[in-house]
Amino acid sequence: MKSDSGEFDVAMRPGVPLIDGIEKVSGRARYTADLDHADALVGRILRSPISHGDIVSIDTSKARALEGVVVVLTGDDCPHTYGVLPVAMNEYPMARGRVRYRGEPIAAVAAVDAETAERAVSLIELDLCELPAYYTSRDARAPDAVLLHDNKPGNLEREVHHEFGDWRSGFAEADLVREETISCAEVNHAQIEPHASLIEYDPVNDRLTVQSVSQVGYYLHLMLARCLNMDTSRIRVIKPFIGGGFGARVEVLNFEIITALLARAAGGKVLMRLSREETFLTHRARPQTDVTLRIGMHRDGRITACSCEVVQRGGAYAGYGIVTILYAGALLQGLYDIPAIKYDGYRVYANLPPCGAMRGHGAIDVRHAFECLLDRMARDLELDPFAVRRANLLVAPTRTLNDLVVNSYGLTECLDRVERASGWRERIGTLPRGRGLGMACSHYVSGAAKPIHWTGEPHAVVNVRLDFDGGITALTGAADIGQGSSTMVAIAVAETLGIALGRVQVIAADSAVTPKDNGAYSSRITFMVGNAAIDAARKLKAILVEAAAQKLEASPEDIEVAGEVFRIGGGDQSSLPFSEVAKAALVDRGAITVSGSFTCPPEAQGGKHKGGAVGSTMGFSYAAQVVEVSVDEDTGAVTVERVWAALDCGRAINPLAVEGQIQGSVWMGMGQALSEETRYAGGLPVHASFLEYRVPTIAESPPIEVFIVESHDPLGPFGAKEASEGALGGFAPALVNAIANAIGIDLDELPATPDRIVETLLERRRQAKLARTLQAAS
Amino acid sequence: MHAPVQPPRKRLLKLVLNGRWREDAVGETELLVNYLREVARLTSVKTGCDGGECGACAVLVDGEAVPSCLALAVRCEGRHVETVEGLLAQGRPSRLQRAFHEKLGTQCGYCTPGMIIAAEALLRRTPSPSDDEIRTALSGNLCRCTGYVKIIESVKAAAGTAS
Repeated sequence: MKSDSGEFDVAMRPGVPLIDGIEKVSGRARYTADLDHADALVGRILRSPISHGDIVSIDTSKARALEGVVVVLTGDDCPHTYGVLPVAMNEYPMARGRVRYRGEPIAAVAAVDAETAERAVSLIELDLCELPAYYTSRDARAPDAVLLHDNKPGNLEREVHHEFGDWRSGFAEADLVREETISCAEVNHAQIEPHASLIEYDPVNDRLTVQSVSQVGYYLHLMLARCLNMDTSRIRVIKPFIGGGFGARVEVLNFEIITALLARAAGGKVLMRLSREETFLTHRARPQTDVTLRIGMHRDGRITACSCEVVQRGGAYAGYGIVTILYAGALLQGLYDIPAIKYDGYRVYANLPPCGAMRGHGAIDVRHAFECLLDRMARDLELDPFAVRRANLLVAPTRTLNDLVVNSYGLTECLDRVERASGWRERIGTLPRGRGLGMACSHYVSGAAKPIHWTGEPHAVVNVRLDFDGGITALTGAADIGQGSSTMVAIAVAETLGIALGRVQVIAADSAVTPKDNGAYSSRITFMVGNAAIDAARKLKAILVEAAAQKLEASPEDIEVAGEVFRIGGGDQSSLPFSEVAKAALVDRGAITVSGSFTCPPEAQGGKHKGGAVGSTMGFSYAAQVVEVSVDEDTGAVTVERVWAALDCGRAINPLAVEGQIQGSVWMGMGQALSEETRYAGGLPVHASFLEYRVPTIAESPPIEVFIVESHDPLGPFGAKEASEGALGGFAPALVNAIANAIGIDLDELPATPDRIVETLLERRRQAKLARTLQAAS
Repeated sequence: MHAPVQPPRKRLLKLVLNGRWREDAVGETELLVNYLREVARLTSVKTGCDGGECGACAVLVDGEAVPSCLALAVRCEGRHVETVEGLLAQGRPSRLQRAFHEKLGTQCGYCTPGMIIAAEALLRRTPSPSDDEIRTALSGNLCRCTGYVKIIESVKAAAGTAS
């Protein structure tokens, strides 16, 4: 084979629309709640009215007596815990013995219609004995606090203490050491599709067919088998269209297990649709976080050391907590060259809905603190913010102190691109008061190199099929949740085979048909599944080339493939179209299925220290962005005028999709920075609607100019890395730095709401007045 | 045994749905969104919130984009109701639908039908809208994927005003 099957056809740029886009714009796309549920029962959940308490009794007799009620279940009906981490499954689908947050499921009903199910839920009688409840990390950690979980003293789910390099000497040799504590509110994924499951149990054949909003059908499959005590072979998990995820649906969620339990008990089909309020409760999002960060710096901006304490209010159950608190420390590294790092992390239990993974898992709030502090230190040292970043760049290939591999590093170019595009040098310091520019950098992993369930299997498997019709079908377990992963698979296969994109169909995420995949999290799909798709396509290509060579009476090494034509290279004009080659390849053997795989190299799987696997990846995306704001000092209102964002994604397999991902992640960072925050009053969520939880509308969303930087990662598929998370973390610090530039205040809290800005302005005036008074007195 | 929950009283509703007259018995308190989804099986009409907050259920009623979760079905007597299914011609997407597809104005797609309906209403009354007019017309529709940049590009492409 002369043609390099890994070569990427530049003719395809600037990218292709999503292969399932027409379904979405025409209304044909079926999401879970849109599936045929004419014969389904309706499920509803009874939730705890208190934040913390022992369950004395649950009386379901009146609910059971209501005509039209088919099943009523409580925690007694499922004695199995579930959870995303095998080492920390401490949650029941419905509470047993104790409730630990307001809104925790206690019982569930399946009935003939929604009205009946809701009425039945209201007829269930609870006797609960209330316990003290804690809504802040500090209160939960108080010495006399009642423990949420008996085996977790101090209500600490996990503490992490990592030291890399000689941080004491680092601080000692620094020309400037500065420390800040920065707090970030809890935020929510707020994907627009509310949670839903449609699950059918066939009691005759003992089979469970599951359609749900999961980003990781494989986890759902495992947890249903565990909680229903069923053999995995009896379960089929099918992914419908999914209306966004952002991490909300990586962990298996209580309502999915409850729906399955109801379906089995009813011996039929149950549809469970959660309200928006319930969807907010069932969130697993980014925890409220306090970051105390200290950085040592030379006069020229070089960092000498950094120490960081992170406290995350994790909520009532473990979920992903251990991983989140490890990520927060691990991803201090990999962006800049830092000679010494000390990290102390505390994941705290509190009587609130459990947090989990959200886009930029674990990294965002620490990155925010870091980039804010860098800017403040730049100001102290009279250095330009860009100069401080440039003083600390890595040189690839390298390994960080915590053993993360960095094989490609496009941050330098990202900085150049946004500095130039924003006119930074000409404009910084010249803008009128109330107008400001700010910048920040960020990065994220391209897939967690160590899967949660260590089975010895490859990290990804893709099957590619060819049959009599000449169509190529790629089978992948990867969950397309709107990010365009199926389109990426189609491109990878088409490019490798040298065929038209339209010849490729992708069938994704149906456990009866597609190979297992670890799912849509940690931006792993392009890197891992993309590589597996290329591997499978290469194997099929070898078979096709062999068949073409035989027909053309040439040696396989002399066959070139492009544009669906197989030809003998070197002047000979003999050639065969794809359709003929495909027919030739099927002679004797019939339909062909080849399997491709990808396994992360061991050197990319992290350090040997405890928790060292978290943060490990084959490659980081890198991003730099500049944000321009206007701030009204009377009202505290911030308007984002413009954003320039550059991201190194290694290679843009689909530039259109990469641009969309960068814009979406920058904008999601903007929501967290400006207005998004969950709030609880006595454990009652007071934010649980789109009116209270302020996702930016189109009216307040700025133009976002995107620059794609391609550093060609040596391990990435066609050189690609991730593109959908890396830019998120830079927005909030760039915004806060821009506000500082505009009106001279340093905000220590997110989001930068008008009240916080006005309060900070007033505080500064009070301090100035106090200073003047003291000066006058002395 | 408690008595079953009574279904609401029904009435005959006659309306023009995606260009065709049809008649259905609907509950007097039935919301338009439920009628469209559960009776007419037009599942492009999405539910994203608990009422009037997200715009995912927007449909055209006599050419105006309205959230169908805030309208009673029986109030549509004799009116013209359109959903994105009705914008297709011989199964092919309209210019606006194609623009959302080609410009990546859709990612997960859940807000997309409502977004297209809001844009369709705008383009019918303002064929060449400015950026500000697009922002105002679509400000009742939340999207969590795109940051709206490519949604604005999609509407402009459909209007033929793309730069």
